[in-house]
Amino acid sequence: MKDIFKAIRISDHVWWVGAIDWNIRDFHGYMTKRGSTYNAYLILADKVTLMDTVRAPFRNEMMARIASVIDPGAIQYIVSNHSEMDHSGCLPELIDAVRPEKVYTSVMGAKTLLEIFHRELPLIPLKDGDSLSLGNMTLSFLETRMLHWPDSMFSYLAEEQVLFSQDAFGMHLASSQRFDDEIDPAVLRYEAATYFANILTPYAALITRLLARVAAAGLKFRIIAPDHGPVWRKDIQGILTCYTQWAAQKPTRKAVVVYGTMWHSTEKMAQAIAEGLFTGGIDVKLMSMEACHRSDVAYEILDAGALIAGSSTLNNNMLPGMADVLTYLKGLKPKNLLGAAFGSYGWSGEAPRQIQETLAEMKVELAGDPIQTRHCPDQIILAQCFELGRKIAEKLQGFGQP
Amino acid sequence: MQKYVCEVCGYVYNPVKGDPDSDIPKGVHFEDIPEEWACPICGSGKDVFIPE
Repeated sequence: MKDIFKAIRISDHVWWVGAIDWNIRDFHGYMTKRGSTYNAYLILADKVTLMDTVRAPFRNEMMARIASVIDPGAIQYIVSNHSEMDHSGCLPELIDAVRPEKVYTSVMGAKTLLEIFHRELPLIPLKDGDSLSLGNMTLSFLETRMLHWPDSMFSYLAEEQVLFSQDAFGMHLASSQRFDDEIDPAVLRYEAATYFANILTPYAALITRLLARVAAAGLKFRIIAPDHGPVWRKDIQGILTCYTQWAAQKPTRKAVVVYGTMWHSTEKMAQAIAEGLFTGGIDVKLMSMEACHRSDVAYEILDAGALIAGSSTLNNNMLPGMADVLTYLKGLKPKNLLGAAFGSYGWSGEAPRQIQETLAEMKVELAGDPIQTRHCPDQIILAQCFELGRKIAEKLQGFGQP
Repeated sequence: MQKYVCEVCGYVYNPVKGDPDSDIPKGVHFEDIPEEWACPICGSGKDVFIPE
């Protein structure tokens, strides 16, 4: 039944030959509510070239899509823009099956692929700025180290102005449509932002530099073909503008209050802080870690100006849900945040201090000492929480709307 | 000898080991590495390194 899978043309000589993973819901901690796609692209140049592959279990789907336009044995070059297994997973089997003349990757990609597969692969490392003739067309390469792995690179097909951007400009979104203009723009924006927040935030400064470099080089894009989600052919400027904005990490008049609670005491404190922020004109997201996923918190932090975190103390520690989200957020290295810690406790009360220390390590600008209370907060404590919200709201006044 | 860590990828420059892949021999202090040197993992410049 391999003929049920068809290639989809995205440009004169370029075809999408990827796979749709409707069911994946977890990418090592990032919840992918709408599934994903693994995009591979076939360039029908004089030298038939395959850009990236798909996750290993989807090899047959990719091979069938390739076979719908060309005998897979005709593939002469394979380019690996990104070594991560959702794009390289079936590379060894593919090489064995089609025996390409050459397999190109970045310098770091060559090292990484060997460390992944531990077998001989006919890899040719490319340097930043190298170009490769495909006969009637030319591919050029741009190293994009740490966007988001050391091996990451972009490939650019000048004749058709197609940028193969691997994970950049991508999103986890399974869909039967292949192009941005066929999908609700609000869904695109949400999923692209969620992807950026959960994958690219640590490297935001590198993205700012890369976008400047691309602009200075005067590269024109008719198509941006990422490794996940839809192909951009209409609102290319839109996604570039979003990336510029997200990478700048400018704080806005928005605060995220994230908390874990045992008997609703820490929750009452969280609500009082949120009301103080809201009364001060701030857009507030109040997120209980019993109800929210860490990747949703990361999404909300993307344009926030403040992160206020609280936890009950359980067995001398913060609640596991709070340790989870703070570990995750710390790794994402968000910038330019104000913050504070709070929490109720029964007898020892370590959690607010632990949270405060984590926020300090994250270089969050702290609004003061943690607010903590034994057992249930009284009116005095709740008024302090409300005032903390007001105080942070005042500090956020100079920033723009989220 | 002071180690320096890359704030982008977490690579640690240890002067005791140097960076043989970039021809920085053992014993070279971070301050004495040429300015054009780049992180061997992520390619970032010296300016993003901080003392560990």
